[in-house]
Order: sequence, then C-alpha cells, then structure tokens
Amino acid sequence: MAYLCGSEAGQLFSDAGFTTLSHTDSIFSADKNNHSSSFLSPTFDVDEWKAFLISVKVAAACVLVVATPGILLGYLLATRSFPGRSLVNACVHLPLVIPPVVTGYLALSIFGKNTPIGSFLEKTFGISFAFNCVGAILVAAIMGFPLLVRSVKTAVEMVDRRYRFAANILGAGPVRTFFTITLPLAGPGILAGLVLAFARSLGEFGATAVFVGNIPGETQTLSLAIYNFMQIPGAESSAMRLVVISTVISLAAMLASELLLQRMTKFSRVRA
Amino acid sequence: MNLDIDIQIQHDDFNLRFKGCLTNGITGLFGPSGVGKTTLLHCIAGLVRPNQGRIVLDENVLYDSLSHRHLPPRKRQVGLVFQDHLLFPHMTVEKNLAYGQKGSRRKRKQKLCEVAELLEIISLLKRNVSTLSGGEKQRVALGRAILARPDLLLLDEPFTGLDRRLKQQLIPYLKRLYEKTHIPMILVSHDPETMMDLVEEMIFLENGKLFAQGALNRSKQSKLLGFFCGSEKAHNFQKMRNHLIKNHSLQFPVEEKAKAI
Repeated sequence: MAYLCGSEAGQLFSDAGFTTLSHTDSIFSADKNNHSSSFLSPTFDVDEWKAFLISVKVAAACVLVVATPGILLGYLLATRSFPGRSLVNACVHLPLVIPPVVTGYLALSIFGKNTPIGSFLEKTFGISFAFNCVGAILVAAIMGFPLLVRSVKTAVEMVDRRYRFAANILGAGPVRTFFTITLPLAGPGILAGLVLAFARSLGEFGATAVFVGNIPGETQTLSLAIYNFMQIPGAESSAMRLVVISTVISLAAMLASELLLQRMTKFSRVRA
Repeated sequence: MNLDIDIQIQHDDFNLRFKGCLTNGITGLFGPSGVGKTTLLHCIAGLVRPNQGRIVLDENVLYDSLSHRHLPPRKRQVGLVFQDHLLFPHMTVEKNLAYGQKGSRRKRKQKLCEVAELLEIISLLKRNVSTLSGGEKQRVALGRAILARPDLLLLDEPFTGLDRRLKQQLIPYLKRLYEKTHIPMILVSHDPETMMDLVEEMIFLENGKLFAQGALNRSKQSKLLGFFCGSEKAHNFQKMRNHLIKNHSLQFPVEEKAKAI
C-alpha cells in the first residue's frame, strides 16, 4: 500500500471528489502514540479498542445491509431463469476475483463526491461516503455481497425444488412458499453465507483503504490498524494482539459457517 | 367431475399425445415405463406445460394453448401425492397436514382430526415426519392432499417402495378416503394387483398416446393379471391388448382399434 501514501493518494481522492484531510499528512500516516505495552499484556489501548469496535460495527452493519438483497438475489439466481442471468451472476461475483484495491478504486469512481451517483446521494439523502464509517460499510458490503449470494444460491439449489411444487399444489403462492418452505430448508446455508459476509468484512483491507482511508477512530478497522501498528517502531505487540483477535474471530466465523453447512447437508439428505 | 384433456408434449425424443375424457371415480393410468404417465399427471397439476392443447376440469380451463392460459398449480384445485411423498421435513405431521387447509381455525382443526382418524395417524400428529415409516408417510401425504379439498386428486405411484403387506394395508385407507370424500382420483401404478383392487376405470398408454380406456370386467381380471404377474408378464403387450379387446369394456381410439383387431 506504500504507493498510495502521500501526494499520490491525495491526488486520487481529490480526483474522485473527496477532500483530503488536513490533519493527516497521509491517509496511511503512522500513529505517533506510544504502543510499547507487551503482547502478553491483556490490556488494550484506546486505538486498539476503537479499531476492534469499528470493525465489529462495520461488519454487523454490512450483514444488515446485504442480508435482504443478497438472499433475494441468491434465491432468484437459484430458481429463475431470466435474460442476462449469467451476466448478473458474473457481475455479483466480480469482487471475489478482482483485486480489492481495484474494487475500492471503482467504488471511488462510482460513489465519489463529484460523481453523478455520489453527488445525487449527498444532495437527495444527505448520505456521504467520504472518509467515514458509512463508506467503510458500503465497501464491506460490496466485498461481502458475493459470498452471501453464492451461499444462498447453493443452499436454495440444495433444497429439492419439488418441495416448492408440493407447496404450490397445496395452494401456497410464491411468497408463502419462500417463507415457509425455501427459507427454513435453506436456512443453515443462508446463515452460513451471512457469517461469511461478516468474516469477510472483518478482514477487508485493500478496498477500504482506497475508498475511505485509514483514519483512527473513524475508518480504521482491525486490518488497517494492524497495518498501521506494523509501521510504528515498538508497536508490534499491539499489532500482534489485533492479529490474535482477528484470527480468533475469523476462525469462529469459519467454524460456525462449517457447522451450519453440515447441518444444511444433513437436512437436505432427510427426504421425508 | 369431468376432465377433458387434449394435449401434446414434445421435447427431445419424448412425445406424448393424449386425448381423453375422465369422469368420477378412481381411474387407473397404466402403461410401460417412460410412456409419460407421470408427465400427464404433472400437466394436469400444472407442473409441466404442454406444447399445445387444452385441459378443462368441469368448467375451469386449466390450460389452453390457443388463449395462452396456464393456470398456476395453486389455483387449479388439483391435489397431487408424489411418489416419494415429499412431506416437508422441517414440519411435524400436524403442520404438514394443515399446510393446504383453508377456512376457519375451528373448522380446520375439526377436518384435520376427521381425516387423521380416518387414516389412523392421530397418534402421529406431533411426530417429526423423518421418524415415520414408509406406510405412515404415505398416509400423511394422502391426508395432506385431501385436506386441501381438491376437486381432483392425482396419485403418482403411491405404493412404490412399500412391501406387499403395507400395500394391502394402504388400499382400504384409500378406498375409505374415496367413500368418505368422493373426490375423484387418478392413480398411476406399476402394480396391477393393487390397481385391480382400487380402480373402476383404466386408461392404457402406449407409444406416447392413449391406447385404450374403459371399465374392467372384474370376472376376467385374473387373466389380465397373468399378463403382468404371471409367466407371460407385461412385455407381451400384444397379447394383453388382444385380451383387453376381447374381455373388457374398453374403448379404443379409431386408428388403434383398427391396428389391434
């Protein structure tokens, strides 16, 4: 990320309509605070806590934002065939394969302050993504969305479609069938997708750094804080503590996702 | 009930052309594997859309290719019991039974109890469906379909996977259900013995079209059973055809009759 430091990063943000911060020399400027506490020390300093809380807040908000559209799109991709389905599928999965920095740059080009969409959102709804938590949530949502859609699609495809037929024949319309048959049967798979989206948001780095910067207490998530602490001499213990926290959260998320998927597989094998 | 069907389904190397009229009672649909029996049931239920033709149940046009009418399954008032039951695995027996019910809460509860008693599944109501035996599942599937109060009930090989003893146990339930509700039924089965026990009229499909239709002469049914169960077995379709023509009150489409005689 070093190439984004200083004037280049400032230029990039200015081009996209963001105002570069005057109080920071660079969006990646190292924190000058003293971070000399030992790795074994159980106490967290203020910046570590802030990074942890921002990460959890961003990841939770991301899950809330992506849940409804992700579940609906995953369901549509699994059950309906419509013109342009393959293109929609490819576009949704794009953030999984393109470099996160590119995703961040594209987000900047689409939602930047001087872009048509960005200025429209700010003027009409007062929503601004510039260097704030909302921007971090947006970029986390973009990165987590394909994981959720993919999980929902797979989960819905695993449910025997004839259960939906049976419900239709018994008089249930599409909405009732979705809520009473598809959603409960695909539930563990959908939950696994939500957990994955949460975990992906926690681990997000490149796109967030490009889109909303690395501002302690505002947009500095766990990953960005770890990067930051690694740049500061003597702050390795802080970085290590956050590394441990990140690893534990990610491991817990993966285990939860795996357990839910196992339950889903078991459920789909039960043919009543 | 009066069900008029005149449809054609064609995809890849599958071709089914069916023209016939079905009335009240229990009708058996018989024919070799792959002839399109299940597809025909699915067309009536609305799960498969024919390429062209028309399906009319009483006054209700279920499908008409000319007017591009294809009534969705939920609006057809046609019940279907699937070959493998398809009970909802995340629901109890009671919730499965109640899924298609309409009307007031009191009435629904009363009807559910009546049908559950009739099918002797009242003790299973709180059970999870995955814990049921094959015969119990089949009875629950029957009950669930009946409780939706369809105008016509389609049964797709309801005895598949059940041993002879269970089959013999299920037949009285099916008869009792018909006597109590008088809902017309169309039954697909590969088991001629159970077919003979249950059905009043039979439809024979062969080579993708209706071969014969009519009531069976029960006094001659043992001979007919011989074609399916005995040494002559069903692959000798020509012999069975001749037997049907000579001994049973079956009607044949004109071209088939000429060919058969």
